[in-house]
Amino acid sequence: MSTAQAVRMTNDAASSGGDNFQVSANTEQYLTFILNGEEYGVDILRVQEIKGWDSATPIPNTPDYVRGVINLRGTIVPIIDLRARFGLERVPYGPTTVVIVLKVMHGNASRIMGIVVDAVSEVYNVSQQDLKPAPEFGGAVRVDFVKGLATVDQKMVIILAIDELLNSEAMSAANAE
Amino acid sequence: MTAILIVDDSASMRQMVAFTLKGAGYDVEEAVDGADGLRKAKGKAFNVVITDVNMPNMDGITLIKELRALPGYKFTPLLLLTTESADDKKQSGKAAGATGWMVKPFNPEQLLATIKKVSG
Amino acid sequence: MTIDMSKFLDTFFEESAEGLDAMESGLLNMQEGAADDELINTIFRAAHSIKGGSATFGLSEVAEFTHHMETLLDEMRAGKRAASRDVVDVLLESVDCLRAMLAASKNGDVNDPARAKTLGERMGRMLGAPVAGVVHADATHAAADAAGHGWSVVFRPHAHLYRTGNDPVRMLRELAELGDYKVACDTARLPRFADVQPEECVLAWTVELRGDIPEKNVREVFDWVEGDCDLSIEAIRGDTANGARGAPCEQTPAREQKAAEPDIKLKTPDAKVPTQDPRAASETTSIRVGIDKVDALINMVGELVITQSMLGQVGKDFDMSRVEKLMHGLAQLERNTRELQESVMRIRMMPISFAFQRFPRMVRDLSQKLTKKIDLRMSGEQTELDKTVMEKIGDPLVHLVRNSVDHGIEMPDARRAAGKSETGIVTLNAFHQGGNIVIEIKDDGAGLPRDKIIAKARKQGLLGADEEPGDDKVFELIFMAGFSTADQVTDVSGRGVGMDVVRKNIKALGGTVEVKSENGRGSTFTIRLPLTLAILDGQLVSVGEQTYIVPLVSIVETLQMKKEAISAIAGRAELYRLRDEYIPVLRLYNLFCIEPRQTELVGGLLVVVEGDGKRVGLFVDDLQNQQQVVIKSLESNFKRVPGVSGATILGDGTVALILDVGGVIDASRQATSPKGFGKKPAQVRAA
Repeated sequence: MSTAQAVRMTNDAASSGGDNFQVSANTEQYLTFILNGEEYGVDILRVQEIKGWDSATPIPNTPDYVRGVINLRGTIVPIIDLRARFGLERVPYGPTTVVIVLKVMHGNASRIMGIVVDAVSEVYNVSQQDLKPAPEFGGAVRVDFVKGLATVDQKMVIILAIDELLNSEAMSAANAE
Repeated sequence: MTAILIVDDSASMRQMVAFTLKGAGYDVEEAVDGADGLRKAKGKAFNVVITDVNMPNMDGITLIKELRALPGYKFTPLLLLTTESADDKKQSGKAAGATGWMVKPFNPEQLLATIKKVSG
Repeated sequence: MTIDMSKFLDTFFEESAEGLDAMESGLLNMQEGAADDELINTIFRAAHSIKGGSATFGLSEVAEFTHHMETLLDEMRAGKRAASRDVVDVLLESVDCLRAMLAASKNGDVNDPARAKTLGERMGRMLGAPVAGVVHADATHAAADAAGHGWSVVFRPHAHLYRTGNDPVRMLRELAELGDYKVACDTARLPRFADVQPEECVLAWTVELRGDIPEKNVREVFDWVEGDCDLSIEAIRGDTANGARGAPCEQTPAREQKAAEPDIKLKTPDAKVPTQDPRAASETTSIRVGIDKVDALINMVGELVITQSMLGQVGKDFDMSRVEKLMHGLAQLERNTRELQESVMRIRMMPISFAFQRFPRMVRDLSQKLTKKIDLRMSGEQTELDKTVMEKIGDPLVHLVRNSVDHGIEMPDARRAAGKSETGIVTLNAFHQGGNIVIEIKDDGAGLPRDKIIAKARKQGLLGADEEPGDDKVFELIFMAGFSTADQVTDVSGRGVGMDVVRKNIKALGGTVEVKSENGRGSTFTIRLPLTLAILDGQLVSVGEQTYIVPLVSIVETLQMKKEAISAIAGRAELYRLRDEYIPVLRLYNLFCIEPRQTELVGGLLVVVEGDGKRVGLFVDDLQNQQQVVIKSLESNFKRVPGVSGATILGDGTVALILDVGGVIDASRQATSPKGFGKKPAQVRAA
């Protein structure tokens, strides 16, 4: 779907609190995006907005997957490049490159952070039982970042655990890397 | 609708009383001391006045005396909020014209019962 | 219906805190001698309110404790007890104890009952009454309770009953609820119709109440009209040989009902008993604003709306002929926003008296403890500063005042020997200067011990054996971590963990602290703080494609470098000779890993900045403009980054980072080590 469509769906989901779209109590809705040909998903209720990529102000003393910060209507929001985060090769940003702004929970507090992805894909309903646990990848993505695997339209979608994925950036006071 | 005036220099006490009584359908107004209470009572006809004793700018007992002197409040139930068995306060209250008293601490149920008694 | 009391608790805690403050300052004033009625009344009322509120909201320990205080104060205001030093002391201590108890309740901590108990006993001894808790008037007079078959009540109100606002019908209704009820009205005293006085009560009633009803329940119905009526309550003779007919029941004042215990949902207390001053931890999240400030704001917003609609007009069907109107409108907009900004900031401003008010008490207690004589003078209490700044400056101020009292002011005989008056003077003064607030803590004591400081510094290796530093440098040493020249560590101060923390905290507020001292005459500590935390005067600088903000207050000067003045050490560190000192040069583009436009030092500019008493030159490509920037937090969504104190949004909507000069200087030290600083080269790694 186009970015505009994705934005619309996200806003609908957010404003209805997921009521209209949830078929049953055990179904969650996920917004999926493409990264290096793979399809990943994030809980749509955590998606605050989707915007096109603009520049970010780089921050010193941060790993290179932290692209910097942007101004989101007056709030300073850090942007994480997921490709870099997963150790994939860097590609130049194109017209489909998109920033997904997410609400990340840490205990009772929440933060707003954005991730840069290749393109936005779809919104899917996935029920709890269709979500399979992630096996040891031995590869790019750390297991604790993955909430589970889902199969939609015969495709594998990797559902990400947003809090675990993004909190490690914010929580490490000093970067020991 | 029964209009009640609560006079007390403690905001938390006023809030509790106002909230309780409003919840039961009464029309409630607040005053922060005796002088404020007298002013408000002159401006609107209240059916019941509840007042604390110790307040700056006019204590409760003086307020009751002043209220009784107003034609509109000759027979209005005027209640004093007192503590435990402060007998002397009760007596001075009665001498000033108080209808009765409510002993602090009281809980909302007691408050409602008393108000119902005097306004029913 | 059950009502959740907890929503009123917040208000109660807030107003109790204010009440306790009022009590404390009232008590302090009292012992200066003047014990006037109004003062005692104010203190009494505060205690009375807290007692009433705490009882109502279920904080029974607090209520019981406050009761003793209230009794003491009641005796004082009735003239039955003088405001002696002992009484004032125990009341002051009780105020502290109450603060702790309320803080414990508020935070859900467990309160240590021992302190309250000891103080309660002391007060009890003073009152001469056994302290067994609040004396509840018991409504038990069981002996005379003739239960059984019922009561015959004759109720004859006096003529004036209506004027008390009472209505006999209410009493009758209540009686009816107690049991089987039969009533007869006695109209004997009713005059002829023409002579009826409607405001007088001439009726009487006889009620027969049947049922197993305790007498006190019947009496209670008439509690309010005791003395305004003739009342007789007699037992209806039954078969039991109790013979309690007409038995005199004492009119023991009955409590209306037992104090119920409302459902307070307090957090489950952890087992920790808080020991530090509860006042210190309370950072309130609400603020009191004078109505005049709010009105000014409303006016300003009104003007803003007018300007906006005017600009809207100009924008519609715009063409070049209207440029002048547009410029005029924009100028007005700038004026409006500036005024609005100043107005809003003023809302957060509060007089520093809130921070100062704890000191009379503290100095009094401390000087008593140390057996010194100290007179505390305060001025400029109405000087306003930002509320958050004030909350955070509290601790540093306490430390500095403690220092003056403990180390500055000498013992009375030492002072006498030095030809000074026995009573030392500590002065707290606050005033505005430029865009800052200045707070001075002055004492006329012995001054900082210069030689001791030098000796200690030499011992700690901070000073070479043959270095003879000037006074300024010597006094700066006391701000070093772990430094203390106190011979013993008193529990007041002297642990050497103070001064560096004081400076750090003040720095965190964007301020500075300095000391001046004269041997034998005294010391003066001067704190300078910005008036607000949210806005900064900054210098925009360009480094490569990026724009950074350097706080103007840190900039000493900006210059273009001359080649001859540049030198290098060990091929790495670069120095610039500026007049009589050598300033390290920091290439910001290295530090931040940015592609610069200038790599030649002479091609760019050097911004000489000062932080933590050290000077450094920041090498930048170019200077842009100076402007006020709004400080936005980097930490709220990200984390604290060393060298960066925050971010701001420039006019073009992009984000610019605000440099933290001290942090940059620290980071540059690390940068000269191989480990480096800044972004790492791209690595492919298993994430």
